[in-house]
Amino acid sequence: MARDIPGIAAPARTDLPVLKPFRPGSFAPDSMAWSRWLAGLPPWTPLALLAVAFAWPTVAVAQTDMSAGEAWGILVRWIPFIVGSGFVFTVLISILSMLIGTLLGAMLGLAQISKNGLVRRFAWSVTQLFRNSPWLVILYIVLLALPFEVVIFGAVLAIPDWVKAVFGLSLPIMANISEIVRGAVQSVPTAQWEASESLAFSRRQTLWQIILPQCFKRMIPPWMNWYAILTMATPLCSLLGVEETITLTRQALEAENNRPALLVPFYGFALILFFAYCYPIARWTISLERKFAVKL
Amino acid sequence: MTPNSGWTPDQPIISLRNVHKSFGELEVLKGVTFDVMKGEVVCIIGPSGSGKSTLIRCINALNDIQEGSIQVEGQEVHDAHLDKLELRKKVGMVFQQYNLFPHKTALQNIMMAPVKVLKEPKEEVEKRARALMAKVRLQGKEDAYPGELSGGQQQRVAIARSLAMRPDVMLFDEVTAALDPETVKEVLVTIKDLAAEGMTCILVTHEMGFAREVADHIYFTDRGVIVEHGPPATFFTEASDPRTKEFLSQIL
Repeated sequence: MARDIPGIAAPARTDLPVLKPFRPGSFAPDSMAWSRWLAGLPPWTPLALLAVAFAWPTVAVAQTDMSAGEAWGILVRWIPFIVGSGFVFTVLISILSMLIGTLLGAMLGLAQISKNGLVRRFAWSVTQLFRNSPWLVILYIVLLALPFEVVIFGAVLAIPDWVKAVFGLSLPIMANISEIVRGAVQSVPTAQWEASESLAFSRRQTLWQIILPQCFKRMIPPWMNWYAILTMATPLCSLLGVEETITLTRQALEAENNRPALLVPFYGFALILFFAYCYPIARWTISLERKFAVKL
Repeated sequence: MTPNSGWTPDQPIISLRNVHKSFGELEVLKGVTFDVMKGEVVCIIGPSGSGKSTLIRCINALNDIQEGSIQVEGQEVHDAHLDKLELRKKVGMVFQQYNLFPHKTALQNIMMAPVKVLKEPKEEVEKRARALMAKVRLQGKEDAYPGELSGGQQQRVAIARSLAMRPDVMLFDEVTAALDPETVKEVLVTIKDLAAEGMTCILVTHEMGFAREVADHIYFTDRGVIVEHGPPATFFTEASDPRTKEFLSQIL
């Protein structure tokens, strides 16, 4: 039997209270927490979800007149509609919002590090406003504030709701991308600015030739993190009547007379769709983050 | 850009008059005056916190000054309308922490400023950059990234990077302070070669032996003023100020 060593295996009488080292990282909020959590889930999670969704009608006997097999049969009939029209549209909305949000966010982020104090403060306020407002509120404001049609050179151009939704979702993304850009630029040591300034680089040249190329890679994982979060947020558009995954799922359920036994399988399927799309992105994001963390 | 106000090479290339510099309440330079002639090598020594680094950072306008005058080739640096970029094309600077661009190879580090700032043709700059790599004895390391080079090698690339702009004056800010003793020598040899070629150099340094060997003139600063100065032959042996004597006795 191993001997107990006082002070190692058990407290010793000579032990003094010790202040353990402080690790700031363990208390700081982690902006990538969401992707980290998702990427940490085992790959069989969707199968487990699927099993639960279909076990539901059988388990909840009181409210059902349907077997798991029947429910599955009905869902399979609707899958081409839900995926083919709904989820494809979800992906389209998320990509367009991300594109617009990234473009605007990059500009706003650069404005946040402008030499002009007024520009800097304005960009900061806009960033904070859209970063800290509820997405749904932003969506509603955009929906109601934008006209439903515009007249350009006499031609009447209708603005469909989904375009407004894309714009509305791109605003919080813009604000968060703005913070990513600002943070990345400020993470480059000031010595790099001084070195390039003393080589007669102008501020603009320094930013574009020296600073941004160094921190570009560092921006990719948080940027992907926000893409996955955005995708998860697209069902908000269903409240505006945009025909994405959730709206079509609801339409399918209505066509099946809203039978209670179908609710959990149908919405469970939607959940799995989102999971299947975002899970690989999260895994990829976290692996990229690890890869880029090595070389600074 | 302001015209050169009739500066000729027989006048001081750098001329400081009563330079005052404060960071908020803290006054770091309290009236510094000196001249540097073309081709001269000047060493600034002194205890930590005496304002040495701040002093040379004011010369290429990395720091601004509150009072006094700094002229480089007759052009006033303490001027709100100063074209800093034109000034910095003439004044090269090397830092303690090398500050190479980590995402570029050694050769690209050297080529960047002449190509992007001076808009010189790439082929010509590359030829010059390769010659500079040879000059700082780093042939074969052209394609290495800074992270793959030792401190001494990085510092020599930093010197070559500055020289590629063909400056008239070089500022060295404690360039060997971050290096280990073996690599200090290779950097000092490089600077000595430069001095021998007639480059005007201002060095902030703690290397007394080196200062004695290459400097034409040594300035001792303490608490924001120049306490004592002179050519190395007399400076180290005939210091009269008690602060200089104390400093030298601690170091030599």
